[in-house]
Amino acid sequence: MMLADMQRDFQQWLVNADDGAPLQRQLASSLGLAAYQNNYRSQLVSVLRASYPQLLSRMGDEAFLSAAVHHIDHHPPSSWTLDDYGMDFRQTLRVMYPHNPDLEELAWIEWALSESFVAPDATGIAIHELGDVDWDHARLRLTPSFRQQLITTNVVDVWSALQEQDEPVEAEMLDAQAGVIVWRRAFSSLLRKADPIEHLALLSLLYDGSFNAMCDVVVEHLGETDGVSRAGSLLADWINSGIVVAVDVGD
Amino acid sequence: MSVSLPTFSGYGLGLRREHYRDFLETDVPVDFVEVISENFMVDGGQPLDILRRVRERHPVALHGVSMSIGSADGLKPAYLRRLRTLVDRIDPLFVSDHLSWSRFAHFNSHDLLPLPYTEETLVVVCRNIQAAQEAIGRPMLFENPSSYVTFSASTMTEWEFLNEMTRRTGCGLLLDINNIFVSAQNHGWDADAYLRGIPSERVRQIHLAGHAKGEDMLIDTHDQPVGMDVWALYAKAASMLGPVATMIERDDAIPPLSDLLDELNIARQLRQRNYPLQEAA
Repeated sequence: MMLADMQRDFQQWLVNADDGAPLQRQLASSLGLAAYQNNYRSQLVSVLRASYPQLLSRMGDEAFLSAAVHHIDHHPPSSWTLDDYGMDFRQTLRVMYPHNPDLEELAWIEWALSESFVAPDATGIAIHELGDVDWDHARLRLTPSFRQQLITTNVVDVWSALQEQDEPVEAEMLDAQAGVIVWRRAFSSLLRKADPIEHLALLSLLYDGSFNAMCDVVVEHLGETDGVSRAGSLLADWINSGIVVAVDVGD
Repeated sequence: MSVSLPTFSGYGLGLRREHYRDFLETDVPVDFVEVISENFMVDGGQPLDILRRVRERHPVALHGVSMSIGSADGLKPAYLRRLRTLVDRIDPLFVSDHLSWSRFAHFNSHDLLPLPYTEETLVVVCRNIQAAQEAIGRPMLFENPSSYVTFSASTMTEWEFLNEMTRRTGCGLLLDINNIFVSAQNHGWDADAYLRGIPSERVRQIHLAGHAKGEDMLIDTHDQPVGMDVWALYAKAASMLGPVATMIERDDAIPPLSDLLDELNIARQLRQRNYPLQEAA
């Protein structure tokens, strides 16, 4: 028996949950083999439940378990850490519930909050520390815990009600797509909606970093006077709330 | 690498989320704590801050579950880099993982899967241990597994494998007494022969844990107090070992900290040979 062959056979048996004949042939005693299949699957279900407590609450045990089993059958784990296993769960929800985008979006919120919780630390800045900045060449650095997503439903309200254990909120489609942002300040992960202008401005920063480019995006939508004013107030809010953690000056 | 295994004598507990506040705000009477390495191999945030603050109060042992030392296709450099970063951050008492495999190619079972005890496995495991010890810059401890199957190809006992593994790599052993008991019961091994057979001079840490009775097997569950049979085996082991770091390992159905400290006190007194074992159930 080659070790690599045994490990491939063991892997295929865990994933396929078949009779494992190629593996069984290599065993002197196989009475306890089922314990490994049980451990493998129960551990993956457990980590999905732990990663998505509000989704579990929303869907109920039976529906969540069904989605978890489907996910385990189609997405064998590969990351070095078990904590990553739920990363693609949204894809499974999209396939299983194509007419319930609120579920996939709720999963996005919970996953983004988890990622944000252990993202690299960042020391924020205060507005009064900025001094003379060459704004034409300034680049705004977002906190490494920043995450953003476009949503199509009132999932933020749904999540908030679940989180606060308030009366459940019915899922509804929004009239237009909206932005939702997640970030961490000190050790608290935060979530809030972003209106379309703020979301576009943050996207501009995410992909470019340039303060000027961000201003251009806002001005394009609001006009020169209102746009410049709005860009300034957005920047102040982002600095005060720890979304922007540095202003670098360079080309 | 030249390997010198430090020694430490004391009694500790696994640090679990339910007891963070106790460990941060009170003087918990332990000599060390052990944490699951992967829980802290993160980029930032509160988990690392908690570990840093606990480390200011207690020596910390790192115990991994995902190195997959028995993987035929070697170790993952990215994993080793993350572990090295954590080692450098907290200067741990020991760094340990399991004699098992979890990963093959792109698949990671996240379970501690069994190995056949063959010369080929020994070569693979020793090559991986040497790579791991090089990567983190210090010797490691490896824990004997609990297992539910055995392989036809095995040519040596588990304790013979452990002997040769430590001799070839200079690594130490984390002796899990519950795992010896569970595997001995499941496979009809002689637990006393196991204890006599291991290289006792390489043991640096002891795990004590509870198990459950499955349909056909004992299962290593870590969700209940240490059983009477395990205490009895520990009493035998304790008399055979030099200085070791002994701890209660509880991973599920976490009880109040005081319950675990009571169990730890049993371990302490058994080692000092003044505990009436029949009262330990």
